[in-house]
Formats: sequence, structure tokens, C-alpha cells
Amino acid sequence: MTTFRKITALAVLLLAFSTSAFAQKQLLNVSYDPTRELYQDIGAAFAAAWKAKSGETVSTKTSHSGSGSQARAVIDGLQADVVSLALAYDIDAIAERGIIAKDWQSRLPNNSTPFTSTMVFLVRKGNPKKIKDWNDLVRPGVSVIMPNPKTSGGARWNYLAAWGYALKQNNNDENKAKEFVRALYKNVPVLDSGARGSTTTFVQRGIGDVLVGWENEAYLAVNEMGKDKFDIVVPSMSILAEPPVAVVDKVANRHGTAAVAKAYLEFLYTEQGQEIGAKRFYRPRLKSIADKYAAQFPPIKLFTINEVFGNWQNAQKKHFSDGGMFDQIYAPGS
Amino acid sequence: MARTRRRNILPGFGISTGLTLGYLSLLVLIPLSAAFLRTAMGGWEHFWTTVTAPRLIASYKLTLGASLGAALINALFGLLVAWVLARYEFPGKSFVDALVDLPFALPTAVAGISLTAIYSENGWFGKPLMENFGVKVAFTPLGVLVALTFVGLPFVVRSVQPVLEDLDKETEDAARSLGATRWQTFTRVILPTVLPALLTGFALAFARAIGEYGSVVFISGNLPLRTEITPLLIITKLEQYDYAGATAIAVVMLVVSFIMLLAINLLQARSRRYQEL
Repeated sequence: MTTFRKITALAVLLLAFSTSAFAQKQLLNVSYDPTRELYQDIGAAFAAAWKAKSGETVSTKTSHSGSGSQARAVIDGLQADVVSLALAYDIDAIAERGIIAKDWQSRLPNNSTPFTSTMVFLVRKGNPKKIKDWNDLVRPGVSVIMPNPKTSGGARWNYLAAWGYALKQNNNDENKAKEFVRALYKNVPVLDSGARGSTTTFVQRGIGDVLVGWENEAYLAVNEMGKDKFDIVVPSMSILAEPPVAVVDKVANRHGTAAVAKAYLEFLYTEQGQEIGAKRFYRPRLKSIADKYAAQFPPIKLFTINEVFGNWQNAQKKHFSDGGMFDQIYAPGS
Repeated sequence: MARTRRRNILPGFGISTGLTLGYLSLLVLIPLSAAFLRTAMGGWEHFWTTVTAPRLIASYKLTLGASLGAALINALFGLLVAWVLARYEFPGKSFVDALVDLPFALPTAVAGISLTAIYSENGWFGKPLMENFGVKVAFTPLGVLVALTFVGLPFVVRSVQPVLEDLDKETEDAARSLGATRWQTFTRVILPTVLPALLTGFALAFARAIGEYGSVVFISGNLPLRTEITPLLIITKLEQYDYAGATAIAVVMLVVSFIMLLAINLLQARSRRYQEL
């Protein structure tokens, strides 16, 4: 009898505990690789802001991996309330399967990208190979570290930045751009599968003269590995990388988290959210914050993907699909 | 109860066979047929153009070639290691014995990262190899071979070792006393006995190498047409949301692996029969 009573008491206790846990809202943000630190800070700040506004307790969990594999996980049923990925193309792929509304990119300001970033160079201290701009990367004897555009979102931004630069240098001559990009990839001794992998190759293995990658990753490498080892070089122009965010409608509606998920994403656009991003080296959209952190982000001529390539679908199809430009520059005898 | 059990030579044959088949279907057959089904959805033409693309052909050559090479190296040196472990007593033997299993237990990514660190141009082995012989290991097909040899090591040793331990020393002595040279003793007496086990080990090491992904992507450098392994191209297809393409490559690998394993199993059965004669 006493055992029975104990079990009953335990069951009641567990039930009470689980309902109280139920009252607490939980969000899952499925994100790409280098945003760990950013969304950790955002989660804490948003929880406080939301509590003050609505009295509800909300906690956010984040999941990080390559942008493409995260999108696939959501397509295959990962219960994400929110996605924040490296490319619009990956969110498009989710939207194509009806899990996110097709018009997702127009639902939030600035093409649904609260922060931007760009592609910069990280070189060995003192810049021994005198690398100043994209055309220095195709010089014979310069070894360039970049990930594989077929498997990495960041690498696609790299490739498109180089392509855009070459187009502008050559009066939009596509053949010349192709030659330029081919020469560039001839100088790449290893194509890691992801952006973090390339950072490791360059920073830890000491391979290559220059790493091309996310601006925020470059700052992270410099700050973590010591300012006495690397310099950041900002090229004359680069691409405006726009990693977008979206509420996963189907999941959020089922979880009853649509409103809080939307608030979470809108929080990214607030002054507080923008400042957290700037501190993590993402370029803020809000002018007041951008001005405040102007010293941190050197001015650089940026072109958008829509200006040069139309949109992501076009860029993906023309450059990264099977038999596309990237495959062609590696084709034998070319 | 006890009586019924005694009556059957194979107790619970129905149940155990049912369980075995059910278990294998659940674990192996159903997931694999899903791969075939997904491929079929892409259509024949898509399948054929996908699996015969030049990048794929290059990757088959690398994956199969390096796997075969690694399995051969492992067969040779695995036999040697197994011989030493079975025949000799020396201090630290149990330590060496445990060391053999390490490639089993280690996460493959760890193996890949460590091998890359050692064999890259600034690594402990990579630097002297480059400076003295001009040999580049990491980010070349040679690096793939090194990684695959590493992961396949335990298979040959663990399949051959027990057979060697069971092999009576007297048989060798008898061969010697009948006038066989050392080489003859080895080729006529020892080798036929261990051959089936050696083939098993070889087959396992080979199969493992074909499917290996984690350790190889770090050391291979993933350069199109040069150092891309087939499993990497499956990931590449998935990255483009080309599920049918990814499963098409998977099906090719499945069929190739199955044929290879079947052939080796037949070979093994033959050598076993030969031994019994």
C-alpha cells in the first residue's frame, strides 16, 4: 500500500512538473554553422524582452550544422519553429515543399535578412605574399584556402564574390570571368566540405597563404588565435552575403508558437538585437548601430546577388548544379 | 516442457528463423529497398546520366582502387601482425593487442583529423616526406589510401589471429621433419589453413573502405576528378536536394559492394572445400 501511495505521489509530482514545463514556451532555431555564439546571446536577450512584454517564459534551443544539411533536416521533419540559414536557396528548398509559405522572404524587412556579412581574406601576419585584392589570388604561387561550393554555403558566397569581381573588371565578359575563377580554383590545394573545415586547414594546419571566408569567421579566428598571427585583408569589392531567417509555418502553427517565433525574428531587427549581432561581427542593418560600430566594419564596395546573378535560383542553376560553371572549370582538358 | 525441448534437435527453429528474417528485414532490407525505390522515382535516364558522369567515374576509380590497395596492404601486414601476436611472447604484448582494435573504436572523424595533421605539409611525417622525397600524402590519392589502410587494420588481424592460435605447432614441426623448407612449410601448410580467414579479413577491410567517409574527407582534399571519393559525391547530391541522384550513386555502390563480397565469399568457400579434400 505504501509503495502504491509513493508511486501515486511521484506520478502526481511528475504530472505537475510536466504541465509547468508545458506552460513554458520553447523555440527551436535551426541555423547554419558559424552562428552558435550569435544565437546564444540573442536567445538570452529575447527571453528577457519577451518576459517583460508578455509575462511568458520562453527558451530557445539552437541547432547548428551546414546550411544545406539543416534545410534537409527540416524537410525531413525536424521540428524547427524558426530557420536561420546561410542562403535563401536553402530556405527556398524548404518552402518548395510547402513547409514554409512561398512568400517568406517578403514577410520581414530587408529580404528577411536582419544582418549581412561579406567575404574577406585572412592572411598570415604581415601579409608576406602582399595580397590586397581578388586578382592577387590568381597569381601563380599563391595558395588559397576555400571550401567546396558543392557542399558549403559559405563557399558559394566566395565563388560568387570572385565571379562578380571578375565580371566588373572585364566589362561583364562571362568568358573572362570563367577564366578568372578557373585560375583561382587552380590555386586551391584543398576543398574542405565546410567553412569551419577551411578555417581549421588554414589556421591550425598552417596550409595556404590566404583564407577566403565569412567576415565574422575571420574576426573569430583572429580574436581566438591571437592577433599576432593573422591579418584581415578587405578586398576592393565583395558580395553582400545575406543569410536569411524565416518562421517555419507548418511547425510553428502546430506548436502554437507562431506568434512568439515571429517576435523572436523581429527582435533581431531591434536596436538591442542589432547590437548583439554587431558585437559578433555581423554587419547590422540599422543605421544607428551601423554608425556606432563603423570602425569595426571597414567600408567596402558590396554588390548583391540579385544585382549580378538575378536571384539564388539562377545562380545555383548556372554555377553549382551538375554540369554548371563550377563543374566546367574542373572538367579535364579545359 | 523439458520433453518437448529434448525432442527437437534445433529448438525453436520456427521462431528463431522468423526473428532473424524479421530483424534483418527491419535493419537492412527495408532501408536498402527504400534507396532503390527513391532511385526508381528519378527514372532510368536520370539514373544513367548521374552514375556515368565523369566525376563519378573518377570517384569510382579512386574509391575502389584505394580500397583494394588498402585491403591488400592490410592483408599482408595484418597477417604479419597476427602472426607475431599468435606466435611470440614479448613484454607489452597485451598492449599491442589492444592497440590493434583502436581504429575500430575511434570515431572516424578523429582518425581523419589526426592523420591529416600528421601527413599535411607541415606535419610530423608530411614535412620530411615532402622535403626528402618530394612525396605529398595529405590531399592526394595517397592520403586516401593511408586513411583507408588505417580504418581497415583490425579486420585482417582479428580474423586471422584465432586461426593461427589454433594451428598446432606440431603440424609445422611435422612438415619440417618430413623435409619441407621453411618457405614450403609456410606456403603449403600454414597459408592454406589461414587462407579462408585471411579472405574474410580482406573482404571486411575492403567493404569497410568502400563505405568509409568520415576519415577520408579530411585527408583527401576533395578536389573534383582527383581526390573525390564516391560517398562525398552522395553528400554533394544531397546538398543540391537531388535525392534521386544521391540514392542512384548509393545503389551503384551497394551493387558493386554486394558483388565483390559475394565473389570473395565464393572464393572463400572454394578454398575451404579445397582444404577439406
